[in-house]
Amino acid sequence: MDLQLIGMQLLSGAVLGAVLVMTALGFTIIFGMLGVVNFAHGALFMVGAYAGVMVAMQTGSFWFALLVAPIAVGAIGLLIERFLIRPLYSRPPDDPILLTFGLGYVLVEGVRIVFGNDGIPFSTPSALVGVVNLGIGYFPIYRLFVIGVVALILVLLWLGLEKTRFGLIVRAGARDPQIMRVLGVDMRRLWFLVFGLGIGLTALGGVLAAPMRNVSPEMGSIVLAEAFVVTVIGGLGSIAGAVVAGILVGLVVSMTSLFAPEMATISMFALMALVLLIRPQGLFGRASI
Amino acid sequence: MKDKQSKSMSINRRQVVGGIGFGAAATLVGMPYIARAQSETIRIGFPTPLTGPFGAEARDQVKSAELAIKQFNEAGGLGGRKAELLVRDDKLNAGEAATRTLELIEKDKAHAIVGALSAAVQLAVNEVTRARNMLYISISQSDTINEVKDFSRYTFHEALNPHMTTAAVAKHTFKKGAKVAHLAADYAYGHEMLRGFKRAQASIGAESVGEILHPLGVPDYSTFLPRISAMKPDILCISNFGRDQANSIKQAAEFGMKQQMKIVVPVILHNQRLAVGSEVFEGVVGGANYYWGLEETIPSARSFNDAFRATNGGAIPTDYGAYGYTGVKSLLQAITAAGGTDVDKIVAALEGLKYDVAKGPQSYRKCDHQSVQSVLVLESKKKADMKNDLDLFRVAATEQSGEAMLRTCAELGFSG
Repeated sequence: MDLQLIGMQLLSGAVLGAVLVMTALGFTIIFGMLGVVNFAHGALFMVGAYAGVMVAMQTGSFWFALLVAPIAVGAIGLLIERFLIRPLYSRPPDDPILLTFGLGYVLVEGVRIVFGNDGIPFSTPSALVGVVNLGIGYFPIYRLFVIGVVALILVLLWLGLEKTRFGLIVRAGARDPQIMRVLGVDMRRLWFLVFGLGIGLTALGGVLAAPMRNVSPEMGSIVLAEAFVVTVIGGLGSIAGAVVAGILVGLVVSMTSLFAPEMATISMFALMALVLLIRPQGLFGRASI
Repeated sequence: MKDKQSKSMSINRRQVVGGIGFGAAATLVGMPYIARAQSETIRIGFPTPLTGPFGAEARDQVKSAELAIKQFNEAGGLGGRKAELLVRDDKLNAGEAATRTLELIEKDKAHAIVGALSAAVQLAVNEVTRARNMLYISISQSDTINEVKDFSRYTFHEALNPHMTTAAVAKHTFKKGAKVAHLAADYAYGHEMLRGFKRAQASIGAESVGEILHPLGVPDYSTFLPRISAMKPDILCISNFGRDQANSIKQAAEFGMKQQMKIVVPVILHNQRLAVGSEVFEGVVGGANYYWGLEETIPSARSFNDAFRATNGGAIPTDYGAYGYTGVKSLLQAITAAGGTDVDKIVAALEGLKYDVAKGPQSYRKCDHQSVQSVLVLESKKKADMKNDLDLFRVAATEQSGEAMLRTCAELGFSG
């Protein structure tokens, strides 16, 4: 077991972690701000990937797809919030869960009807094809690009939340929506926009995953599980938690793959169980939630 | 067409007479089915994983099986007795499959079961049918189903088995002294294929440099790939199925592994090649029971393709789909030869059956009920070499139908 191999394994783990962060981000934001556990998350991830494939096929440009598909699916997210989620805010928390759970099935079946069951090919954009020698081994250029995009998104999110007035309202609203209402802030509008943003990020994750994973109607089912694990480990609703947990899960899965490959999938859930035992609120979660 | 069919059936009937005599003499147990009215519909239960990662292959199986039923009914059935296919979704779950199969037998009063698409699920179906002396034609790869401990007099294995598939693929891809690495799914299919490849590799004189078992349904293989690269193999055998095959080959290609090693799979899947595109699969070699391109050389493949095209809007049948056709078709031929649905007569008829319905001559070996048939070795074409969108593979080699490709009856544990 040489150091080069361990280095490559850590790198693959960190990159897998970045992919996991991207898949979990939209889920954790929506949960943190709205308190809605979005069980349609995986399906919307898949819809994002299909939207990306469609736009790329029509325009011939991956870059255009990367920009347009998340905005389009984010707009669908706005409609979902306005017409499906909003009527349920005053109802018990199980109702949005049931609704999004069902919505997930509807979206998957819808895509099956329109695009078939088999999945569609989607190639890596030509500028990012190939591998690069990092000294310890060869690594796909595209995956390095994905890390870059995820980092950029995180910086933008951080700036948006910490440095803008809108971000201040969002953060305050997540802590105490009632006081915000008393202060005259229209929480409905806020939730509307945050939901759309969360879905847009989810769709972006789908478009980014399309060149790496098989694009098929069921591609989202595992994503929902992954997003859930990362969110629980990081602390429900914490963006910093999602980032740390995503990378951590990536590293754990990667090192397990090296020493006990059969256990690679289980290791993710074992880590979640361990965190829940030691720190039930998650790494970055507030105990009160 | 009709003329040709009735002619081939009369040949079959003559050929099976010997078999019937033998079978009837051998056993006269398990007769409850004989009492049924001879005019009722012949019901064939068909559990298959319509939902889940093998859904694409399962749907093709159903289409092909339905074609076999349609042709049987249009030719007048069995003296006016029509056949019917009862399709059930087994959800790729052994428990679900066992329950559906039990329902098909007890509630729907099926006369025979054909189906299952996963090695593990198929063994669960076999448990249920074996305990009830129910006829079962299995159409998914398995070696253990041939072996004495899983054998049932009433089970026939229409699919290729891992032993013959891996032997054929290895023969045309491995060389003496070659270094081989394995990535296999951690369940029955992966284990059996891995075992087959290692056996073939030992007899060819290739060297194993390592093996990795991965959990079923992993979306990202990137964490398994550095270790495989570090093994520096000449050949990488990826023994997994359905979407797992597509994802693992897509990511191996992404990591540039195709430039370092040859990728070989036990079974190369038409639908997965379509799902991820020609650049990803280019140069990948794998085995197959059927490829539509056989129609250029084999008349029965042409008539199967033509009939399939006519009923499915011009689509062509695929590898695992074809099992649905050959499995149901051979069963219906045996029922015709047996003159009814008496299970022991059908068993005897199947044991004596010589059939050529889609891919050249086939027959069931007496000791283990394995279908003796050809194995194709296919290589995925690069885009520039494809004549049209369906021209996916080049037939690199064909192992002709013959018992030499199977393990001997003695090795499987059958005495004499």
